[in-house]
Amino acid sequence: MSKARVAIIGAGIVGASIARVLSRYENLEVHLIEMEVDVGWGVSKANTAILHAGYDDDPNLYPNRAKYCVRGNYLWRKWTKQLQIRASWNGSLVLSFSEEDEEELYNLLERGERNGVKGLRIIEKDEIQKLEKNASPSATLALWAPTAGQISPFEAVTALVENAVENGVILHLETKVLDIVEDGTRVTKLVTNNGEIEVDWVINATGLYADYIAELVGGSEFKITPRRGEYFLFDSTAEPKVSRILFPAPKPKSKGVVVTTTVDGNLMIGPNATDLPEEEKENKETTQEGLEEVWINASKLVKSLPSKSKVIKTFAGLRPEPTGGDFIIKPHDSLLGFINVAGMRSPGLTSAPAVAYEIPKMLLHLGARLVLKKNWNPTRKRIIRFSEVSNRRKNKLIAMNPLYGNIVCQCEMVTEAEVVEAIRRGARTIEGVKLRTRAGMGRCQGAFCRAKIAMILSRELKIKPWQVRVKGAGSEIGVGDLFSLLHE
Amino acid sequence: MYTYDLIVIGGGASGIAAAIKAKELGVKKVALVDEKSYLGGVLPQCIHSGFGLVYFKEDLTGPEFTEKLVQKAKKLSFDVYSDTFVFKIIYRDYFEKLVYAVSKHGIKKLKTKTIVYSAGCRERSIYEIGVVGSRPSGIFTAGEAQTLMDIYGIMPGKNIVIVGSGDVGLIMARRFALQGANVKAVIEIMPYPGGLTRNIVQCLNDFNIPLLLSHSVLRVIGKDRIEEVEVCKVDESKKCIEDSIFRIKCDTLIISAGLVPRVELLEDLGISIDPLTKSAVVNDRLETSLPGIFVAGNALVVNDLVDYAVEQGEVAAQGASEFVFNNGISAAQWKKIKLNGNIRFFVPQLISGERDVIMYGRVISPEEKVKLEINEIKKEISFFRVRPSEMIRLRLNKDELSSVKTKSLTFSISKRSE
Ligand SMILES: Cc1cc2nc3c(=O)[nH]c(=O)nc-3n(C[C@H](O)[C@H](O)[C@H](O)COP(=O)(O)OP(=O)(O)OC[C@H]3O[C@@H](n4cnc5c(N)ncnc54)[C@H](O)[C@@H]3O)c2cc1C
Ligand SMILES: Cc1cc2nc3c(=O)[nH]c(=O)nc-3n(C[C@H](O)[C@H](O)[C@H](O)COP(=O)(O)OP(=O)(O)OC[C@H]3O[C@@H](n4cnc5c(N)ncnc54)[C@H](O)[C@@H]3O)c2cc1C
Repeated sequence: MSKARVAIIGAGIVGASIARVLSRYENLEVHLIEMEVDVGWGVSKANTAILHAGYDDDPNLYPNRAKYCVRGNYLWRKWTKQLQIRASWNGSLVLSFSEEDEEELYNLLERGERNGVKGLRIIEKDEIQKLEKNASPSATLALWAPTAGQISPFEAVTALVENAVENGVILHLETKVLDIVEDGTRVTKLVTNNGEIEVDWVINATGLYADYIAELVGGSEFKITPRRGEYFLFDSTAEPKVSRILFPAPKPKSKGVVVTTTVDGNLMIGPNATDLPEEEKENKETTQEGLEEVWINASKLVKSLPSKSKVIKTFAGLRPEPTGGDFIIKPHDSLLGFINVAGMRSPGLTSAPAVAYEIPKMLLHLGARLVLKKNWNPTRKRIIRFSEVSNRRKNKLIAMNPLYGNIVCQCEMVTEAEVVEAIRRGARTIEGVKLRTRAGMGRCQGAFCRAKIAMILSRELKIKPWQVRVKGAGSEIGVGDLFSLLHE
Repeated sequence: MYTYDLIVIGGGASGIAAAIKAKELGVKKVALVDEKSYLGGVLPQCIHSGFGLVYFKEDLTGPEFTEKLVQKAKKLSFDVYSDTFVFKIIYRDYFEKLVYAVSKHGIKKLKTKTIVYSAGCRERSIYEIGVVGSRPSGIFTAGEAQTLMDIYGIMPGKNIVIVGSGDVGLIMARRFALQGANVKAVIEIMPYPGGLTRNIVQCLNDFNIPLLLSHSVLRVIGKDRIEEVEVCKVDESKKCIEDSIFRIKCDTLIISAGLVPRVELLEDLGISIDPLTKSAVVNDRLETSLPGIFVAGNALVVNDLVDYAVEQGEVAAQGASEFVFNNGISAAQWKKIKLNGNIRFFVPQLISGERDVIMYGRVISPEEKVKLEINEIKKEISFFRVRPSEMIRLRLNKDELSSVKTKSLTFSISKRSE
């Protein structure tokens, strides 16, 4: 049976979800193409990581967002189990502080019900305090959405890609799509910095760059503009935390600054929303004013925030805002074989699985034949976290592999065995190791462990220690070797 | 299960000194645990001299100091667990604490009567000092850069900007200059340098490295590797002065903006923390609010001299031996140390008045012609000059303390009236 070749451009949460779904078919040869050295370093790396319940999006204005968010939230329950992705389903509270806000809560409730969100309820002061003891006492009412949750977005992308690759998807890293060739009726080839790839189908899941890629084949009328959001992340020991996700009543531009506790147990506040010029697709800079805005707004939601000295990191992410505001999930008007999955702004993370299932439907509709595999593997095992297992299990692990006995990251208690496993699974950089294991994510922000991780990467990848990259190309940890300089 | 009289957690200068002292005082079963493969803590990576003038009466480099200390330790018998990381302490009861540690041999559960906690300190990261902008590579803390260079042989960069003029920052400026790097500036937010004068001369002036006082790094620019930093002049309230912003091109930014004691394992136990030192509240034997658990060295208070770290190790060991032999540290009444005027902190925070005590403290800002007064004992000490970078050490002996009837002693530093 000859296989149809599908190229998914972009290994973010959306591309990775599509890769997993398409890996179920016998007669597809799926290529996942990513310009960065690792998967999930685009929009999917820096966001609020909330699996939204689905009451925010007006089905009249944004039908795709409204539809896919609710469905995605539901699908993540299964996907996180199959792929051992950490998630917590702790529910969210939208707090009101004025009559205007209260009205907005009732709008959300009504909208949520139309979107099919389950369990929504408006609750009063005493119940708010019962559900979240750190909620601001000035909150008059709250919309309680018990289905909302929290995920680790980077872990989600790596899990999806690992599972897709296990099922035959071909991953191309550091491969940037430069051009798309067509024969007048359909797409035929991708031109990349790593040579050409022959294709029958192309799926554009390039996040902030989706307008650039769409332009390569013409006829698309959308632009993607970056809307920046900044965050504070607190030390895992910082108190008080919150046990629910706290939102203010939403504003037209965004859902407002959130107070939440990540799946790793760190309090996080953010994001604000700053529109940037269309070409600033890499401008993930934090700013004094932006962070101040986040702090002030987050303070309104809670009784108190931990002191600023407990902040271990500030960062920013870019929302890919499309013209029109809704997700653009559709085939090219005239050119066969090209499908846009663009403008995946919030709640894109939540929606990704639901959107992914749309692709095979679309392929069928466009005339493709799809045959399910008999032996598709739905599961993936996560990297064992030494710090989370019992002492008995710890001893067993060390007996099996003494590298579990070597603590590399002291703040998060990450072992050498975990670092080696992360490298085996595709980490090529210190950032890649960090995102897979949490080494360097604690209060010292890597000052104690970066050098040790560099030495392990150097050994495993057989490169000189100074050549080990922290992040992308040009981010080597050093500029040369001192010991050999001394010997010269 | 192994049972010890004393377990010392952290094998830096203060930890080794504590183990040695405890043995000398006759404590029988002593263990020293460190997560590194070598002893000495931060010392082996401090290849400059300036160590040990008080303790060994010699000017030694970090590695030499360690070697002498380790030689002394070798003559005594106690267990050393290296490559062994302590991840949990449990306070069972007054006489029994459990220490959980991991090494390539598995999980160790050690039982002990007393603990000296000497786990050192950590450096503040770029995020803790409020710098904004992008997050590229090429940003290191000073200690990390020192480890990269002198433990692993990696040269971090060529064009260097250093944030913070404390001794660590100054020494790293010289370290980079000696290696042929271009140290473009040392940037200090305060109007005076944070480090010792001798280090300003030997590390900056001798190498023509500019020191920008009352300046602050605002923002990092660069995608994959840092390319520039945005710097501004600040006013007395540390606010950026408008129109003073400029940029410095660099490929490396070194953060040397202060150290924080590492007491997470003790915080987990719920000991009392002094917000001024960010470490444990201790008595004159350096015992924490949990009986039998002592803190010493940089884990107690960030020391600028290794000799003080060693001294604290010895005081803690004395406490531990008293605990072992007398079943506890005695005091008819603990007197609180209260602070007044130009004082950032003093440790210990509680004293018995029944024995000699060594007090360590720092001032908030530099001042000349000042006096330190302790009214309750009618003590007054004059200083020609006090600076935040120079720790004040003073010994109060039991004779002068014995007369005190009050529940507290107030330390105050103020201008001398002439
Ligand atoms: C501040 C913020 C908060 C958010 N909060 C939430 C939330 O709480 N809940 C939620 O559901 N959603 C949230 N979102 C939205 C969510 O993060 C995005 O919808 C989602 O991550 C988009 O994923 P993606 O795969 O489309 O994009 P990306 O993750 O950006 O993936 C696109 C990939 O394509 C690659 N690429 C680009 N061009 C090329 C090329 N030419 N060749 C090869 N590869 C290329 C990129 O490197 C990138 O890896 C938030 C977003 C932001 C910014
Ligand atoms: C760059 C620099 C320059 C200096 N210059 C001078 C100088 O010129 N002259 C001078 O006198 N002093 C100087 N000092 C100060 C002096 O070196 C220190 O004050 C002293 O060495 C601190 O010793 P310590 O034992 O308290 O801590 P450390 O040396 O930090 O030792 C702590 C040890 O505990 C271990 N540890 C921590 N947590 C755990 C755990 N959970 N389990 C097991 N082990 C653990 C650590 O790995 C480490 O080995 C300098 C310091 C620095 C950093």
